[in-house]
Amino acid sequence: MPKNNYQLVCGLEIHAELKTDSKMFCACKNDPFGAQQPNIYTCPVCLGMPGALPLANRKAIDWTIKIGLALNCQINLFSKFDRKNYFYPDLPKGYQISQYDIPFCHDGFLDTSQGRVRIHRVHLEEDTAKLIHHNHYTLIDFNRSGVPLVEIVTETDIKNAKQAKEFGQKLRQILRYLEVADCDMEKGGMRLEANISLKKESDAADYLPDYKVECKNINSFRFMEMAINYEMQRQAQLLDNGQVPIQETRGFNAATAQTFSQRSKEAAEDYRYFPDPDLPPIEFSPEDIEQIRQSIPELPEQYAARLSHQYQLSLALTERLVKNKQRAKFFEQILILAKEAKIDGKKIVNALLNKKIDYQLTDEPKDVINKYQQANKVEAIDQALIEKQIQAVLQENSAAVKKYQAGKTEVLAFLIGQSMRKIAKKVDANLVKNILLDQLKN
Amino acid sequence: MDNKMTFNQLTLKEALDGLADASLTIEELYRDLNLAIKEKNQFYNIYLNLNDQAEQQAVLAQDTQLKGLPIAVKDNFCTKNLPTTASSRILENFIPQYESTVTDRLQKAGGVIIGKTNLDAWAHGSSTETSDFGPTLNPRNPQHLPGGSSGGSAAAVAADLCLAAIGSETAGSIRQPAAWCGTVGLKPSYGRVSRFGVIAMASSTDSPGVIAKTVEDTCLVLDTFAGPDPRDATCKPEVAPKFTSFLDQDIKGLKIGMIYHDLKGLEETNEKLAQELAILSQLGARVEKAEALDPHYAIGVYTVVQRAEVSSNLARFDGVRYGKDRSFFGDEAKRRIMLGTFTLSKGYSEQYYNLAQKVRTLYLNDFAKLFKKYDVLVSPSSPGFAKKLGASASSPMFGELEDMLLEASSVSGLPGINVPYYQNPDSQLFLGANFIAPMWREDLVIKVADAFEKNSKWNTWRNR
Repeated sequence: MPKNNYQLVCGLEIHAELKTDSKMFCACKNDPFGAQQPNIYTCPVCLGMPGALPLANRKAIDWTIKIGLALNCQINLFSKFDRKNYFYPDLPKGYQISQYDIPFCHDGFLDTSQGRVRIHRVHLEEDTAKLIHHNHYTLIDFNRSGVPLVEIVTETDIKNAKQAKEFGQKLRQILRYLEVADCDMEKGGMRLEANISLKKESDAADYLPDYKVECKNINSFRFMEMAINYEMQRQAQLLDNGQVPIQETRGFNAATAQTFSQRSKEAAEDYRYFPDPDLPPIEFSPEDIEQIRQSIPELPEQYAARLSHQYQLSLALTERLVKNKQRAKFFEQILILAKEAKIDGKKIVNALLNKKIDYQLTDEPKDVINKYQQANKVEAIDQALIEKQIQAVLQENSAAVKKYQAGKTEVLAFLIGQSMRKIAKKVDANLVKNILLDQLKN
Repeated sequence: MDNKMTFNQLTLKEALDGLADASLTIEELYRDLNLAIKEKNQFYNIYLNLNDQAEQQAVLAQDTQLKGLPIAVKDNFCTKNLPTTASSRILENFIPQYESTVTDRLQKAGGVIIGKTNLDAWAHGSSTETSDFGPTLNPRNPQHLPGGSSGGSAAAVAADLCLAAIGSETAGSIRQPAAWCGTVGLKPSYGRVSRFGVIAMASSTDSPGVIAKTVEDTCLVLDTFAGPDPRDATCKPEVAPKFTSFLDQDIKGLKIGMIYHDLKGLEETNEKLAQELAILSQLGARVEKAEALDPHYAIGVYTVVQRAEVSSNLARFDGVRYGKDRSFFGDEAKRRIMLGTFTLSKGYSEQYYNLAQKVRTLYLNDFAKLFKKYDVLVSPSSPGFAKKLGASASSPMFGELEDMLLEASSVSGLPGINVPYYQNPDSQLFLGANFIAPMWREDLVIKVADAFEKNSKWNTWRNR
């Protein structure tokens, strides 16, 4: 246990590849994970060959704004692309086309169960090629070079590792709902980065520590949670000993559940950003933005709230139904059909969730309803017969009837049980209860 | 030298007419041209690579707009299956798998690439002396430089080793060598011609254009490739006009402002220009002296912006691809990469890059103001005659000083054209006049330059 009480100061940077048909600045196919061979989806533009010029993918721009709007961001009506200059073998031009001072979206938020996380900015850039390291050499696969990549940067509002995980999961859920990104974490379709430092609990709310540790290339939410927890412990120990953690980039080793130093970042990197002279600035009208806003589908939070309200189900339950869009649509169909068939929505949903009924999300909801009805078939009953049988029960149990009439209403349950036994068929207990009550009145 | 006229000495227009009325065959023309290339190319060091398929391609192009006529292409235009070096050792063995929009359209219109011409390495310079493959000599006087960076293209025209040439200008690289070699050089507005496939120097000012024997010839060539290109986002989306339609126009009433007329050291060139411009007055134009913003600031703007863009544009030659590492960059490229890297660095970009962009805006505003008063502005293209071989080595700012009179218009994106206005009878060297007009008004510079050329005695093809 650390001597002092520390508070986490943490912001996230999350990259997600957009699943547009073509790449960000050329017409090459955007399918790095589906490619059967390396370097088949390439052209002079994404290979950075001399004289080749970029053309911005309009769909990727619209989708970035869509993401921004879904995250409650402000949209810059005037924006541009900038060159981020640095050397790395996976970057064929020697610079990455990105956005510097005027991102498409800024100042948004996403709520978690532990409070609001403010979004600093959402911008669009191009992904780099993929390096494949071998023992004595490294190969470069340019299928990924130039794939549209959205970067979402939060403010330092993350209070603990669990919240970071929830934020990431919620964000991924939204991106998938928008149908703009698959966010396949294993393949690198979504990449997580957490900037972590600690301050004393007594520090002011807006105090920022003068160091920052970047945990990079984390490929699962669970690992991010583990990395943050590990870092908190590691940094607390250093701070307790009067040391300041080194400003550095760290990776995460899933096998040891520990972070490890990758490179020190003592000096701030200088990317020598300047506006890309090959790409004219981009301007939008408020109508353009409105049009994009109209294209945003119902998002999971709203979806769950609406289902809860419309079908009188608890929010905890409907939240389980909307985990992804396909599931949400399936269960909404089930609820609509159940209502028509006078089936209790809650019962059928629970039956499905508890796997009492065998089903797939790809099944026809109508068929699933039928299946449910078959399994819960109520036998045809003769109401007059039941009434007679209940009358007989009341005569046979006159002592109990007297007790009931004297105010001991708890004997009703006994009478219902007796009646059910006499009827000896699958009947609705409510029906029995109503008939009983009716007869007891007389 | 034999004074008998050979077919390669024809202007493009004359050759087109000759082929049309059958007074000339394409084989005859290539026979003379190939002889001339054999005789002169090695000496002047004009072509880095020749297209050995040229004549065959020309024969097949007889039903086209340019009828297979031989066009020289600066070696920074990517040409499929023809080496493209930008005169740098780094790209010595680079054969593009794609064609620049300019050369693609040129060839579709029946132009045949006769060869790829020498330039200052990466187009960094105004002498063609900084080429990694040796300097080009000025065909008007081989003791002198051809100018640059499109020096090889200007020399190819001056030496009659082609019928017209493609060049590119970032700040003077078409007009200055055109002036020094006594040819016509047309730099269209920035964005009028696609940059796709042109090895980038300074992306925000690079403008492909034409160096040719007459104003008419520049228009005939420009007509084949100007206009929108979906592969270049900075290319103007509106269809280009037919530039040949601006020839033989009345210039009566046009207002022409002579700028930079009181610059120190330019007394001789300015005086001669003023005398020659009397031709335009006689044709009914009004020529007067106009006050423009001091061009010296443009040197600073251009130097900072261009170096910044160069440092980024050349970053791709990092040694991972193309087979040559960065040690193969020449001194000039290294100087520019270092300066550009510095001016973009944190803490300095405010002082340099951002400030330069602000001064650039001052020039734009100044020109906008001047063009309210004048239709066309004119000045000498260069402070003087072609410098001697070796002159560039002594001054790292050689190009900037030689291009000083063109840089303000370049950083403003304006169209401009160089036409010869004087030839020194002893040195055989030329002075050229630079006419500029507002953005997208190539019509104005063509009109004036065409009238000037046809009524003066300095064009060596029109007045042979």
